[in-house]
Amino acid sequence: MLIGIVFIISVGSFYLIHLLPGNITTIIEGPGASPANQAKLFKLLGLDRPIYEQYFVWLSNVVHGNLGTSFISQESVAATIRTALPIDLEMIVISQILAFATAIPMAMRSARKPDGIVDRIFGAGSFTLLSVPPFIVIILLVLFVSIKLGIPHTGVSTYVSFGSDWIANLESMALPSITLAIGSFVVYFRVLRSDLIATLQEEFITMARSKGISQRRIMWRHAFRPSSVALLGAAGVNIGGLLAGGFVVQFLLAIPGLGYTLIAAINQNDYLLVQGIVFVVSVGVVLINFIFDFIVNIVDPRISRE
Amino acid sequence: MSNAILIEQASIVEKPEKKAPLGPLFWICVGWIALNFLGAIFANVLPLQNPLYQDYASINAGPSLHHLFGTDDIGRDIFARIVFGSRVSIAVGFGAMVIGFGIGTPLGMLAAYRRGRFDTFMTAFMYILLAFPAIIATIAVLSFWTPRSLLKIIIVIGLASVPLVYRVIRTAALAVSTKDYIIAAKVQGATDRRILLKELLPNIAPIGVSFLLIGVATVIALEGTLAFLGLSVSPPTPSWGNMINESRTVLQDNPWLAIFPSLALCLFLLSLNFIGDRLRNHFDVTEVKL
Repeated sequence: MLIGIVFIISVGSFYLIHLLPGNITTIIEGPGASPANQAKLFKLLGLDRPIYEQYFVWLSNVVHGNLGTSFISQESVAATIRTALPIDLEMIVISQILAFATAIPMAMRSARKPDGIVDRIFGAGSFTLLSVPPFIVIILLVLFVSIKLGIPHTGVSTYVSFGSDWIANLESMALPSITLAIGSFVVYFRVLRSDLIATLQEEFITMARSKGISQRRIMWRHAFRPSSVALLGAAGVNIGGLLAGGFVVQFLLAIPGLGYTLIAAINQNDYLLVQGIVFVVSVGVVLINFIFDFIVNIVDPRISRE
Repeated sequence: MSNAILIEQASIVEKPEKKAPLGPLFWICVGWIALNFLGAIFANVLPLQNPLYQDYASINAGPSLHHLFGTDDIGRDIFARIVFGSRVSIAVGFGAMVIGFGIGTPLGMLAAYRRGRFDTFMTAFMYILLAFPAIIATIAVLSFWTPRSLLKIIIVIGLASVPLVYRVIRTAALAVSTKDYIIAAKVQGATDRRILLKELLPNIAPIGVSFLLIGVATVIALEGTLAFLGLSVSPPTPSWGNMINESRTVLQDNPWLAIFPSLALCLFLLSLNFIGDRLRNHFDVTEVKL
């Protein structure tokens, strides 16, 4: 199944480049190139060969880690992706830590008294956040944190790499990570809350209560694990979504991750880079979903037995 | 196109406890959506200022009686631009969902009703499509398919939403198609077409409508995202996304240009999500009662 999906993704991203309007040779050599030169380049690039042959040449290169060399910057696509990807990963890791650290305690607090005052406030708050798209969150954060409060390194185009100054790096990652964390928090909170409420009505919880086990221990030891299956499922979908959808945040704050590189590549007609990023991100999303399915099976072995 | 409510729905089955009432807040939200619709339809007739007229005498002006929400960096009236901008958001949101549901609903219903080879093939195909990040595909196609127009944006987003719609409709239809009244209709010799249209469709319609509304909200947010990347309708046509995007360069001097369109967008999304969520809770219960 996994191999089938990756195969279809590879065909999809390969074919993307053939959907382009216009002649690739014109884009590389400029509009003034002579037809003879264009024909020469056409042959040089192997574009005169049948399309399935082109695909297999491309595929064997990809398997060897070669995604081609950009026509525009003359740099290897794989190397460009290797420098950009860690930035995405850092952003995702920070945002997920923030999201889980807030969502889990708040969901437990909410689930303890469903429809209580705390639950209602949390519920209304999370529902409101659900309707605020990330690009509005980031604009408001920039407006209040960077401009009104004047905190350094948090505004637009102030990205500092982790290697050069890690404190400044964390500062520059703060706003994008918080933005992504808010989106994730809403999902995790709502999923975990409704699952905990269902779990807390089960008989083994009543049993644990009657044994006099403390509320805290019941929550963490007895209720959390069976309730975390849906949470993990949601996390898999969500983290994959962040890898694919983190570009808005990166684009707005000029953080040179994969998303930012993708948009820049699209604007410069850097087709090979677009193709490479689409391929890597799509495979990444599929892998993340696959890994989370695997984790869910470990947490709740009943699922795979069904 | 990830949306918290959709992820939630995909991952959990909520236990209905009591009949969820619609409540006054629901009707306020319906009223707000209706108001936005009226504004979008009658924007030409309403006593608004010209959304494209550039008044250089008042640039980046704050809210005043003359300019209710102030003016932007080239002196255009923000209020008028928000009302006209709602046209793009509403057109993209509902247009794309009409396409998505127009294709996804019949396929999902057929697959759930017929089962067999068609269902296996269709479902495998759609799940593979779902694995492909829709947002990346949307951006890639839109950036290469020039010149851009509102119609193309609607078509691309609509097609991208088909797998998700298919999954939701198929799941809902599967639950209904094993019900006694469907079997009864079959035994009485009703044609497949009659069962699909008269029995199956009305019974999955409530779930479909609530997802349609949540989907519209997701698509409107997506249009805003596209506007930021310069992939939505081209300026000077106002859209909420375009306006928020334009506000980036003058954020320091004129925060109103960011705040009012953001507010318009968020309130609209909030109302849609709220209506969709309430309808889902409301009808989930009645379905179980049947």
